[in-house]
Amino acid sequence: MTKDWDIIITNKSNLLSIDFGEIWRYRDLLTMYVKRDIVTFYKQTILGPLWFIIQPLFTTIMFMFVFGGIAGISTDGIPQAVFYLAGLVCWNYFQDCLSKCSDTFNANQAIFGKVYFPRLVVPLSIVISNLIKMGIQFALFLVVYIYYFASGIDFQVNASLLLVPVLIIMLGALGLGFGMIISSMTTKYRDLRFLITFGVQLWMYATPVIYPLSVMKETYPKYVWVLVANPLTAILETFKYAFTGVGEFNWLYLSYSFIFTAVILLLGIVIFNRVQRNFMDVI
Amino acid sequence: MSNTVIEFNHVGKQYILGSIGTGTLSQDLNRWWANIRGKEDPYLKIGETNDRTQKGDSRFVWALRDINFKVEQGDVVGIVGKNGAGKSTLLKILSRVTSPTTGNIKIKGRIASLLEVGTGFHPEMTGRENIFMNGSIMGMTKAEIKSKFDEIVDFAGVAKYVDTPVKRYSSGMMVRLGFAIAAHLEPEILVVDEVLAVGDAEFQKKAIGKMQDVSKGEGRTVLFVSHNMAAVRSLCTRGVMLKNGMVDFIGNIPDTLDHYLKIDNSAQKEKIIDNVTFTKSTLKINNIEINGTDLSESTIQSRQRELTIKIEGHSQEDMNYDVMLILRNKDGMPYATYAKGHYIGDIQHQSAGDFTIERTILLPEILTRGAIYVDLFLHHPMVEYQLKAPNCCVLETMGYQQGFGSAMNQIDNGFMGLNDK
Repeated sequence: MTKDWDIIITNKSNLLSIDFGEIWRYRDLLTMYVKRDIVTFYKQTILGPLWFIIQPLFTTIMFMFVFGGIAGISTDGIPQAVFYLAGLVCWNYFQDCLSKCSDTFNANQAIFGKVYFPRLVVPLSIVISNLIKMGIQFALFLVVYIYYFASGIDFQVNASLLLVPVLIIMLGALGLGFGMIISSMTTKYRDLRFLITFGVQLWMYATPVIYPLSVMKETYPKYVWVLVANPLTAILETFKYAFTGVGEFNWLYLSYSFIFTAVILLLGIVIFNRVQRNFMDVI
Repeated sequence: MSNTVIEFNHVGKQYILGSIGTGTLSQDLNRWWANIRGKEDPYLKIGETNDRTQKGDSRFVWALRDINFKVEQGDVVGIVGKNGAGKSTLLKILSRVTSPTTGNIKIKGRIASLLEVGTGFHPEMTGRENIFMNGSIMGMTKAEIKSKFDEIVDFAGVAKYVDTPVKRYSSGMMVRLGFAIAAHLEPEILVVDEVLAVGDAEFQKKAIGKMQDVSKGEGRTVLFVSHNMAAVRSLCTRGVMLKNGMVDFIGNIPDTLDHYLKIDNSAQKEKIIDNVTFTKSTLKINNIEINGTDLSESTIQSRQRELTIKIEGHSQEDMNYDVMLILRNKDGMPYATYAKGHYIGDIQHQSAGDFTIERTILLPEILTRGAIYVDLFLHHPMVEYQLKAPNCCVLETMGYQQGFGSAMNQIDNGFMGLNDK
């Protein structure tokens, strides 16, 4: 009689014992989660997925009035619509990943308390479904971009365009990593949850979304280190640079962002994996 | 050949009482510090057994402690115990919702739990979408669900609603759909926790039938937690009784249930005499026994054809009396009455002093399984009551099994057998 057990449930866990094979076996669940997020978003609406576009469109128009018009913040000569939309598409993707992932345990405690499946499926599905949403918004950006391009604006399109997919993956990975860390830490002590609601807003102002890095360098050269330390800065600046040729493109900053992202993602997965085994007892 | 599919080794689960706040932070730091120095968790040494009725000194309790047993393939194990005995915690650990504090569980095969059906239903999604969603949460692949889709809809009986969001479903329909999905999972091991309490009678029958098919026909292993003794008795082959987080008894199901009922009774110490609501002022009742025990819960064995009544007491005056019994089902509907004073005018005389009244009542030809609730009275018909003890005891019956009568055991709460003229 063989004694090869399929599952052994213990309290001990190896720090890096993440069963990626198991996640692969649950890939159907992953697609179901992604589908659910997308489908339920526009249930009982008339405009449906159009809402994905309306939000950044109107925010961009608002930014054009407030920051571009009233405050008169420079956009480095890039048409305001293109500048703000580029920033918003990137920022929205990161923010959605972060805020949704950081609520994973809290929002899913009912189901996590009843059934076992690899918990990582949930934050992964959030990143993927937001990627689809981001794709739609990115299409909007391209439409606006091509409109300005056709009307004679000279964008310096360059080879760093090839980096754009990497940038998008980095945005998602950063949101996922931070989200998982916060989600894990809030299961027992909920203090961080209050921080995240207004912290994300503050974070946006510390990221070159509504202003270019060059403006910050001129106005507050003393505080530029804050922006440079922010891993999102290099990502957004590179994104804008790739499409317009304007902005900071610095391999050093970008490598820093890349390493930062990798570390946060790894840390997030490890912490998440540790917490998920017992979080039901403390949440 | 025995084939162990689940093995519990010294499984324990510790919980912290009270609320989480700044106090718990220092404990966490303590734990962490011990961990760093490679020492044992200081809080594992303390903690007490989990008896929720007793006030304890420690903030740490063991919801489960040192659980050891094995489950063989094809076993249908009924896990019984009082509220808070650790049944659900055990199932939670088994279905990997939470992990044990000590020990380990080894499992062979795919395990699926039915801790609460319909989890993961999204109210905005249609029945169809939810079947796929819920099925994949339970670990089925899309192809598997597709091939069983029609069966599931049919079993749940919601064909008409399959493209309507489940938020429009009645609660019963949700449960049906949830159970239908789970029932078609086909895991090697199924864990079921009290799902049969909901749903109408027709559905309960279907659900129990399905579980029987799963275990008997297909040789799969089922772990079943329920307070419904009749369901446990008819479904399970083996029993495990938990008490205060520890295994108190393991055996075949009739022995386990007998043990459970006995322990349960003596622990509660509820006696028939405690349920007397009225005695005449000249009367003192010392003891009441029904079915050979003074406890308010007892079992009518499968070959038992007689029910005995014994009342001991003291009366200060002569009395004319009759014993009256009303046997009811759990909803209060009478099955039968025993009141010879009323129907044939049979009144007994008892002179002042100590007395013992004894009766032996013949039970009906056919008795199905279920619970019988007893009202007991002493009265002088049309004159006065001497003793009232409504709902004073409950008799659990397994039903008679004789002749071709095993089919009768499938019926709950029946009583009389009818004959030709």
